[in-house]
This record gives sequence, C-alpha cells and structure tokens, in this order.
Amino acid sequence: MASIEMKNIVKQYGDGFPAVNDVSLDIADGEFMILVGPSGCGKSTLLRMIVGLEDITSGDMVIGGKRVNDLAPRDRNLSMVFQNYALYPHMTVFENIAFPLRLAKMPDDEVRRRVTEASDVLELKEHLERKPANLSGGQRQRVAMGRAIVRQAEAFLFDEPLSNLDAKLRGQMRTEISRLQRRLGITTVYVTHDQTEAMTLGDRVCVLRKGKIQQVASPRELYEQPVNLFVAGFIGSPPMNFLPATPEGDRLKTPFGDIVLDEKRAAAVAGHELLLVGIRPEYFEDASLVDEAKRPVGSTFRARVDVTEWLGDSQYAYIPYDAPDSIKAQLRDLSKELDSEELRTQAIVSIDATSRIREGRDAEFWLDSRKVHVFDPESGDNLTRDAEAGAELTRLATEDRLEHAQEAQGRDSDARGGATAVSVG
Amino acid sequence: MTGRKKAIWIVGGVLIVFYCLFPIAWIVSLSFKSPSDLNNGSFLPSALSWENYELILTGGASGLFLPALRNSFGICLIATAISCLLAMFAAYAIARLDFPGKKLILSTALVVAIFPIISIVTPLFNLWRNIGLYDTWPGLIIPYLSLTLPISIWTMSAFFREIPWEMEQAAQVDGATSWQAFRRVIVPLAAPGVFTTAIIAFFIAWNDFLYGISLTSTSAARPVPAALGLFSGESQFVEPTGSIAAAAVIVTIPVVVLVLLFQRRIVAGLTNGAVKG
Amino acid sequence: MTTTTLPPTKKTDPVSAPDGKVSDRSRGERKLGWMLAGPAFFVMLAVTAYPIAQATYESLFSYRLTDPGNREFIGLSNYGVILSDPLWWQSLWVTVLITLITVAVELVLGFGLAMVMAKALSSIRPVVRAAILIPYAVITVVSAFAWQFAFDINSGFVNSWFAWLPGVAADTDWFGDFGTSIFVICLAEIWKTTPFISLLLLAGLAQVPEVLQEAAKVDGASWWQRLWKVTLPNMKAAIMVALLFRTLDAFRIFDSIFVMTAGANGTESVSFLAYRQTISRLEIGLGSAVSVLLFLAVMLIAALFVKGFKVDLGAARGEK
Repeated sequence: MASIEMKNIVKQYGDGFPAVNDVSLDIADGEFMILVGPSGCGKSTLLRMIVGLEDITSGDMVIGGKRVNDLAPRDRNLSMVFQNYALYPHMTVFENIAFPLRLAKMPDDEVRRRVTEASDVLELKEHLERKPANLSGGQRQRVAMGRAIVRQAEAFLFDEPLSNLDAKLRGQMRTEISRLQRRLGITTVYVTHDQTEAMTLGDRVCVLRKGKIQQVASPRELYEQPVNLFVAGFIGSPPMNFLPATPEGDRLKTPFGDIVLDEKRAAAVAGHELLLVGIRPEYFEDASLVDEAKRPVGSTFRARVDVTEWLGDSQYAYIPYDAPDSIKAQLRDLSKELDSEELRTQAIVSIDATSRIREGRDAEFWLDSRKVHVFDPESGDNLTRDAEAGAELTRLATEDRLEHAQEAQGRDSDARGGATAVSVG
Repeated sequence: MTGRKKAIWIVGGVLIVFYCLFPIAWIVSLSFKSPSDLNNGSFLPSALSWENYELILTGGASGLFLPALRNSFGICLIATAISCLLAMFAAYAIARLDFPGKKLILSTALVVAIFPIISIVTPLFNLWRNIGLYDTWPGLIIPYLSLTLPISIWTMSAFFREIPWEMEQAAQVDGATSWQAFRRVIVPLAAPGVFTTAIIAFFIAWNDFLYGISLTSTSAARPVPAALGLFSGESQFVEPTGSIAAAAVIVTIPVVVLVLLFQRRIVAGLTNGAVKG
Repeated sequence: MTTTTLPPTKKTDPVSAPDGKVSDRSRGERKLGWMLAGPAFFVMLAVTAYPIAQATYESLFSYRLTDPGNREFIGLSNYGVILSDPLWWQSLWVTVLITLITVAVELVLGFGLAMVMAKALSSIRPVVRAAILIPYAVITVVSAFAWQFAFDINSGFVNSWFAWLPGVAADTDWFGDFGTSIFVICLAEIWKTTPFISLLLLAGLAQVPEVLQEAAKVDGASWWQRLWKVTLPNMKAAIMVALLFRTLDAFRIFDSIFVMTAGANGTESVSFLAYRQTISRLEIGLGSAVSVLLFLAVMLIAALFVKGFKVDLGAARGEK
C-alpha cells in the first residue's frame, strides 16, 4: 500500500493538445480518490499515466515515495479494473484471478489459497471453473475485482468499472466496492463520469475540466462550497439553478424576487454589476408548507409553474425565467461543457411530495437564502465561498475515513484469525 | 418468413451448391472414364474405371506424378510455416505496438500482394540459374513467401485487432512483460487466427502455377499444378485427359478436406472475421 | 483556479525527464516492433524489390540467354520494340477484355450469391458455405482443365448437351477461334473467383445493420429501393475493396490461358507474353521489359482505384 503523488503532471499528445495540464494531486495511503469530470476532461488519461499505460510528457509520478515515470506497468505493482473488465476469454475464472500470481511465479498451493480467499470475498466460489463468456455482467465485474485484490498491490485503479452494468446492479456493486476498499484499506483511484458514484464512494473527489484540476475536496465540501460555476453545476442532481442577479446594497435582485445577503456575502459581491446566483433545487419549498419559524431566513416569491414531476418521495417543479442574452449564452456554454442537455433558463425546484402546486398555475415559493452562492459570470469564480467551512468539512471526512479504516481492519484480522472470511455484499 | 419465401431461398441455396460443385463433379466423373469411354460425349462414364488412377499412382505416369505430389506438399507446407511465423510476429507488431514504420510495412505488403508474379519470375529465373537455386525446393519456397506473406500479415493483423487492447494492458498491469503478455494472453487468443491464416496461405501456395513452371525443370522440385500443366506435352501417344483428371482429383482432395473441416474459420479469415471468445 | 483544500504539496525540486526523452516502455515498444515486423518486411522486400529492380535493369539490354556474348546496352529500345509491336497491343486488349468481363459478371453474380447466403436458413448455411469455398480453394489449373475438358471437341459434354442452341453442334470447336476461347476462359475464371467476391460482399452486407432495413421498410421503401438507397451505399467500402483486388487479380491472368489455349488464336494475355519471351524464348531483355510494363500497368490501376475512387483500404480492413 502506498500514497500516490502527482507533481505538475502534463500529458501532451503529438498534435500538442494537452489532455492533462499541470495536475498536482496527493492521494494519501488508504484514501479513496475519485477522478470525475465530463468526457474529454483527461480523467482516464490521468489514471492510465498512474498505471503506466500512457507516457507522461512532463512532471513526476511518485508512488510509495518512488518516482515511477519510466517504469513499465508491471514494475509499478498496481492493479486495475478496466471498463470492459478485460477478462481473458480463454482462461477460467480461477485462472483469470490467478493470472497475476502465476506471472509472479507463486507456488501452486499459495495461488490456490489466495484465489479461494478472493473468490470467497466476492462470492465467486461456484463459478471458478467457468469461462468469462458464461458469466453475467455483475459476475464478470467481480472476477475483474478478484484479479485486482488477489495480489498485494500498492493501489487499486478503477476505470469507470460500473458503466457497463444496469442501474440496479450498479448500485449494488458500488456498495460492494466501497466495503471492499474500506476493509482492505488500500489506496484507490476511481475514474467515473457518474456523480452519484463520485459522491458516494470518494473520500475526496477531484473534479477535472479540460485537463485541469478545478477542485479537490470531500463530496460534502464540493456540494456545499464549490469553488466555481463549473464544479457547482457538475456536482448535484438535479443540478444547481443559476439565476441572473444584480446587487443592490445587501440585496440581490433576481427574477424570483429579492434575496437578502448577510454582511460578509454582501461585501464579497459588492462592485459587480451582473452576477449569477446559484441555488440548489432543495433550497426551495412550497411557501405554504414552510414553518413560520423558518420563513424569515428566506424570501418568498410568486411564479408560474410550467411542469411538475411527482416521484412519490419527492416532487420537482420547473419554473421558467427570463435572463439577459449574455447570461443565456453563458449558461448554454456551461451546460454544453457539462454534457447536459438541460435548458438552463428554467429553474428546477424541489418541493415537498405532499405539495398541491399545479402545473400552469401561479404558486408561491420560499427559498432559503442562507445557502445560496453568488458567482462572477465572467470568470466563473464563486464569490461567496467559505474556504474555512469547506476545509473543515474535508477535514472531518478525512478523520472519519481513518477511523473507519482502523475499525474495518480490526474486524478483518479478527475474522481471519477465526479462519472464516467475512463475505462482502 | 413465409413458406414461399423460404422455398425461394432454399432453391437459391441449392443452385449455389450446384454451381460450385458441378465442375468438380465433372472432373471426378471424367477421371473414372476409361480411355475408350473418354470421348463418349456424355457427362458420366458408362462404366467405372480405375485405370487413370492406376496409371498415375503405380503405372507409367507415376514417375511424373508422385514426385510432383511430394514436392507440392513439402514446398507448400514449409512455405506456409515460414510465412505464418514471420507474419505472426509482424501482425502482432502492427496490431499492438506503436512504432514508426507501421504504415510502411502495411503498404509494402499491399504492393507485394498486387505485384504481377511474372515481373518477379523473369529476374528470379535468371538469378536462380546463377546461384544454383533453379529447380530446387528453396528456389520455390522463397518466392512462395512473396505470395503468402502479404495475405498472412493482413489476415493475422485483422485477427489480432479483434483481441481487445485492454486485454494486453491488463496483463501488463497484472505484472506481465511484453513477451509474457504476448505468449500467455495474445497467443492463445490469436491461435485460431493463426491457424486460419495458415490454411489460407497453404491454399495460395498450393495453387501456384507460374513459379512452378518457370523455376523448375525436372521432378526434383516441380509441383503438381506445373506438372499437370506440362503433362500434355510429355506423352504424345496416349490421350492424357484421363490421367490429368485423376491427378486433378487427387490434388483437390486435400483442399476439400480442409474446407469441410474448417469452413467457418476460413470464411472468417477471408473476411477479417472476429475471434469469438 | 486550482484549489486544493488539503495542505499543499510539499515543494520538491522537479525531477522530470528532459523533454523529448522517450520512456523505457515506448523505446522498448519501438525496438520490439521492428524486431518482430522486420524479418517479414525484409523478406517481402527481398523477393519483390530486388527482382523488379533487376528486371528494370535487364530491360535496358539486348540479352538472349542462349547468346550471352552479345549482351549489349540498348537503353529504352526494348520498350520501343514492344510498344510498336501489335502483339503487345493484342495481349493488352485481351487482358483488359477478360478483366472487364469477369469483374463485371463476378460483381453482380457475387452479390447475388451473398444475398442468398445472407438469407439462407441456418440449416442449409453450412452446406452452402462449404460449397462456396470449394471453387476458391481448387487449384486454378484444375479448374481450367475441368472447363477445358467440358468444352473440348472430343472429351466434352457441352456440345452434346447444348446442341439445341443455335451455333452449337457436335463439331463446334470452342477453342478454334478467339471469341469462343475468351468466352470459355472467362467462364472458368468467373466460376473460380465469384465465391471469393461473394464472401467479401457477404461480410460487407453483414455490416449493414438490420435496423436500417427495418427503418427503411417502415419509411415505405420497396425491396429495390432498400437495395439501392440503403444496402449498397452502406457497403461501398467492401464493394470497392472486392473490386480492386479482383481487378488486379484478373489483370494478371495466366494459368487458365496457359492450360486452355496456350495463347492460340490471339488469346495471349500480358503475363503470358512476358512468360513466353523470357522462359520459352529466353529473350531476357525483351521479357523483362514486358514484365516492367505489366508492373507499371498494375500499379497504375491500383493508384487509380485508391486515388480516383478513394478506396480506403485501411477502413475496409478494419484498421484505424
């Protein structure tokens, strides 16, 4: 097990296009790091540079304190789960999992012991003699993971491992990967474009855009204290709403009425003419359902509801609004970059499932103004980000992780002592 | 599909089979005709006769035919083996590795494949006479490589490309050297492709006529097609038709056996088919 | 815009490799690439580049193998002799004629076979497939003999079978004049090579997704319209590759002519002419010049296809 340090990593292709541009990232020993971003952001390239399948143009890749830039993949002692699993079709499940050990010329009985152990953990015992072609998607995924865990690798690398599974199985495997990682306490780098995976799995998440790091932080910090428009728009589903706003004293004038800002935030936005205010859907509520006690911390406004979506446990309302052309263009560019098709000049509002707000009618909404963020539309910077609060969130997450890992490893060694392996999942 | 449509396609299939096998049936039938029967003007012999086979296998023409058969087998098998070995390494490099000159090798293979054989034969004829390769096995094996190598490289690189890239990378991440990844992952996956390529290469070498008649002069190295083609001139007093037919049937047997056993693979090979795991 | 909320990376001196340095893996790959592909490349070059260079050189000499003493450099005279000789133009005409006829017929017939095979029920498909491979695998010389014997005035059955056709009688000598000789030669060539074309076209056909056909059906296209507007445009690459390879192959025709007519009645192809000059008459100089001309013609056809028709060999072969 080892930490992974990247220093000013650059990947430039033959045509001079930098797929990865000056990335510096420290991944602590035992940490679960997510690389996330829209397609073409360089996340897979970065992962492949870690494992050694892609040459590094410049910068240093240090794994376990050793610079590995010029080492072949086999000399880096990392294990990787590929997007298509890359199972060897001519070998049985057993031989697939045993393959790294066979290459290391491990004695037969040791190979058998380790493969059996790994297949116990992954519930593959009955399938050991089958060929990959005869396995289901989930089983193939497990075999690929078996091949990764069977060896004492320095770190696990995952390249969008769940993207070929259906939604239900994806959720299940996600939990399994998480438990397995906690239990083995092994450094993990996980590439995904799926933000649910990013939010649920990662100790920290690294958001990439066009080969550059935007923000590295715990999922909570990313969600609550995004550093810019890109991160704010990328993290969260349904995505954050961006409304045009003009500051006036301690108030922001928006299509949905005035929003009152506290002193600190008012000071941060002072001097700007046109701003974007970012409001997550759940900061809204049907005004008629809001406690009297809560009402004063937000503002209420009336708007016409275009469409509502009732999902049983929650409900969304879509409220169109007008925006200046410059803002519209800006939002269109942003959604294009985020691979989303959202029409950004309507707000998505999360309201209580019991709300009786109806489509095509005016309704009164309330919005919690304490948590809104204000962005500079020119640079995209978050003007109201509370860096200290954010860092605190990430620090707490790190503490949690270390505690968890210790517990899990304690449990694991107990279980091994009792000669029965705990099954995961 | 409706019954009528079904019937149409079945009739179509039967017509194809008839089209493909009719000339073969004819030459088989011809080979069983006795000399007196030969010019009877009908498709079938009036009585089965083994006379022609006796003539080429044990009789007067065996001195011509049997050495030619041995030459054909020996030369074609050796040429196929060498060309498959060379093509296997080259195709692996082309399909899997990134190195300058890949395009050059592929274009060379293309040019060699469309090269008119006669343009090679003329200078080789001269050169082989000077260095003593004329009328020898190596004297045919070497030019046969020019026939078989390009198609072998193409077919095999197509097969090798079907093996997902990730497979080999996974092996490297699992701790394999490039050589180990090749031997333990690629070779088992590529073996069907190599085998298929070998069959196709063998067909091509087996089919050669021009090199055979140009670069040999005696039964020391003359392969069957050349022997057949020059047969008519050798015995002026006996009508050679029957013996030629019998010899033609015998040299067709190996290819028919190969086709029947490996038809699926051959089709896949000829059309860049996929390796299905 | 980069923000990390953990303590920043400890600053260490960059130990990056100097620019332009190739990593171990990449260098190893290059070396391995040439080590593996080199021998095949070298052999291909040796068996073709050397002979064609030699042929080009010898074509500049007046040189008879039986009379080596009178070898003499004569520049391009051999080419002059050939290009002013009607024999060359006759053989070129024969070659072009056979190429045009056989390739055209094979393409249409091959497409028909491919369609039948694509639709053939799975129960009879193996039989059809095996049958179709037989002509491909049979030796050209054997095929040529089979067709020659079938049309032969003595041993053949064609004359008695087709006596009802006008112009065919028991004493019709198919190899007695130019037209009928070419007809039989083309027949033999078409029989032997159509299956190969049909296999290539079948593979192209398989690349046209079935949903396109279904969509076109829903859109109201007839069978004929689907063929011309959906199927054929989508298998253009396969058709062009089949066309290119068959054209070049047909242009080099030799075996069938040697066996069936031995060049009689003006049925000599260019390959045959070159063969006769060199191997039979030992006119190395003249023969070499014919070889070089044939080589140039083949290259010209290939270039026309690749540039003129934009045949993308890479795409058709499944390359990047």
